[in-house]
Amino acid sequence: MTIRIRKLEKVYRVGAERVHALRGIDLDIAKNEFVAIMGASGSGKSTLMNVLGCLDRPTAGVYELAGKPTHRMNATQLAQVRNQEIGFVFQSFELLNRQTALDNVTLPLIYSSSRWWGVRKRAKQTLERVGLGDRVHHRPMQLSGGQRQRVAIARALVNSPSILLADEPTGNLDSKTSEEIIALFKQLHDEGQTIVIVTHEEDIAGHAKRIVRLRDGRILSDSPTHEDAMHQDYLRRAAVAAVSVAKRELGENAMAGTVAEVKP
Amino acid sequence: MMIFRVIFQTVFLAIGQIWANKVRAMLTTLGIIIGVAAVISVVAATDGLQKFVLKEFASVGASKVWIFPRMPEGQRDRFSWRQLRIQLKEVNGMLDRCPSLERLTPILEMATSVQYADVTKPTVSVQAVRPAWHQIEDRAIVQGRPLSTIDEDQRLQVCIINDKAIGEFQLPGECVGTRISVGGRLFTIVGVVETKTVSPMFGGDEARTEVYIPFQTGLMLRPEPRMYIVAQTKSPELYEDAKAEIEFFMRRMRNLKPDDPNTFGVEAIEQIIAQFKKLAAGLSVFLAGIVAISLLVGGIGIMNIMLVSVSERTREIGLRKAVGAKPSVVLLQFLVEAVTLCLIGGAVGLVIGVGIVAGLKLIPKSPLEEAGIPMWSIALSVGFSAATGLIFGMFPAIKAARLDPIVALRHE
Repeated sequence: MTIRIRKLEKVYRVGAERVHALRGIDLDIAKNEFVAIMGASGSGKSTLMNVLGCLDRPTAGVYELAGKPTHRMNATQLAQVRNQEIGFVFQSFELLNRQTALDNVTLPLIYSSSRWWGVRKRAKQTLERVGLGDRVHHRPMQLSGGQRQRVAIARALVNSPSILLADEPTGNLDSKTSEEIIALFKQLHDEGQTIVIVTHEEDIAGHAKRIVRLRDGRILSDSPTHEDAMHQDYLRRAAVAAVSVAKRELGENAMAGTVAEVKP
Repeated sequence: MMIFRVIFQTVFLAIGQIWANKVRAMLTTLGIIIGVAAVISVVAATDGLQKFVLKEFASVGASKVWIFPRMPEGQRDRFSWRQLRIQLKEVNGMLDRCPSLERLTPILEMATSVQYADVTKPTVSVQAVRPAWHQIEDRAIVQGRPLSTIDEDQRLQVCIINDKAIGEFQLPGECVGTRISVGGRLFTIVGVVETKTVSPMFGGDEARTEVYIPFQTGLMLRPEPRMYIVAQTKSPELYEDAKAEIEFFMRRMRNLKPDDPNTFGVEAIEQIIAQFKKLAAGLSVFLAGIVAISLLVGGIGIMNIMLVSVSERTREIGLRKAVGAKPSVVLLQFLVEAVTLCLIGGAVGLVIGVGIVAGLKLIPKSPLEEAGIPMWSIALSVGFSAATGLIFGMFPAIKAARLDPIVALRHE
């Protein structure tokens, strides 16, 4: 499991009041999953996002990321986890405007102690991977919104994180550019990247393979997306059909073991 | 390794940041600039002054000790000036009893009228000296010969004049053998010495006619002489020994009791130099105070601008933390930025200071012509600039390091 969360709770103190933002979350995310976290404002999705991103520590519960118990770490250790295991993509990109795209992508590498040599080459390769090989020396102000978000994605990917964590990544983009960014996420997912997107837009979430819905700090539902469900349903039917053809052609008992495997 | 990388990157970032806000950076570092420029120029000026003064001292002559009558403070009713006069037996006995002294001469000074042909001057400085005077004063003989022991022993009416006198009295160019009237007596000129200008610091002014006669001859002119002694020590560093020996000798000659004050003065040029050097050292401490104050003021400016920078770049700090900058690295980054700012200010101040010193040296005939900028003052001002950045950058840097990444990222 890339992410293993058990009985996660987060309580804020607002003045004298105690606000329960998360009230016991259990969540597992496996390697190469593409998960969307949805919920209305106040549902606790931002809090969950912050905890997932190791920007915030839970009040109680267990959060293991790539096998590391982050709920027991101090600020310096969390910084290291953010550097090594997590790639952030923000709604408003959060690029450093005074620096070039390449410098922005290099940033996480500067803060990682293991990467010393070939840092800029690595950053350049990552920019090429998100389709910005020709914009390496541009500054954010010289790039379009979609290109800026690609730079941000490249920055998130450059340290080969365990998860790519995107918070409303298309919130500041028009619909056409949004689709391009979603296509990029899909491409990265196909390449094996584990992705978690926080969004309130159903059609964006619809591109993920699994949707986790939150309400009042609890998980309301956790299910495969419609598209993914249909796809799996189609596969199952095809398999069943294939098995029945095989049975007809080869005899009743020829595929005894195989039929069981096809069943969900 | 990462630390170096971060420092390296941060220095460039900081320079970029400073370049982007040139005016702001300049105003911010003004305190540092002024402080460093002040240190450099004032230290150089002090250095030039010191060189000048020491050169002046050297013109008076090293290794010299003066012995002269001095009224002890508040004892006017006890002693008369007459009692305090330097006695001949004191002059004659001193060299034997003071082993640190090489040689000495009594000097009997009088101002009397000197006349040659049509030219008469009422008050010319006439000094009666022993032949040792030539070695002590070390003046070149331009014409003729120096005073000799024969002149001394036979009380000859001969004199030596300085080259200035030739012009003032319209003497013939080859004046050896010419007779001039000194205090109504005829003296034969046997030699001419060069004129030595003594700096105004020591009461010297425009070079005038000087006449030197044998000491014994002088005694004939003034039966109750007022004189002082100029002695030369065997080496310059012996001045303290020489002073102690002279004091001991003089007190015994004058039968002073142990709690009686000295009725004479002993001064050595080295002593005055040492006092002057102490004064210069005191001046340096005073300067250090000025530096401290200006750097304090400069430092507050730096702290202010770094706090502004931290709050302006809160989101950036949040982002840096989100991608894995540890609190210690953020601290380092802001410290490096503050130190870079201060060092740039220090460098500008250094250039301005060097410019001021170059300007001072251009002033003609000023005592600062030899002013140099000592390495220690450069090291001091650069070191202090860096330290200012470090100390006053600490608080904003800690503030940045402690920022919560979530709060920082939400900052508008």
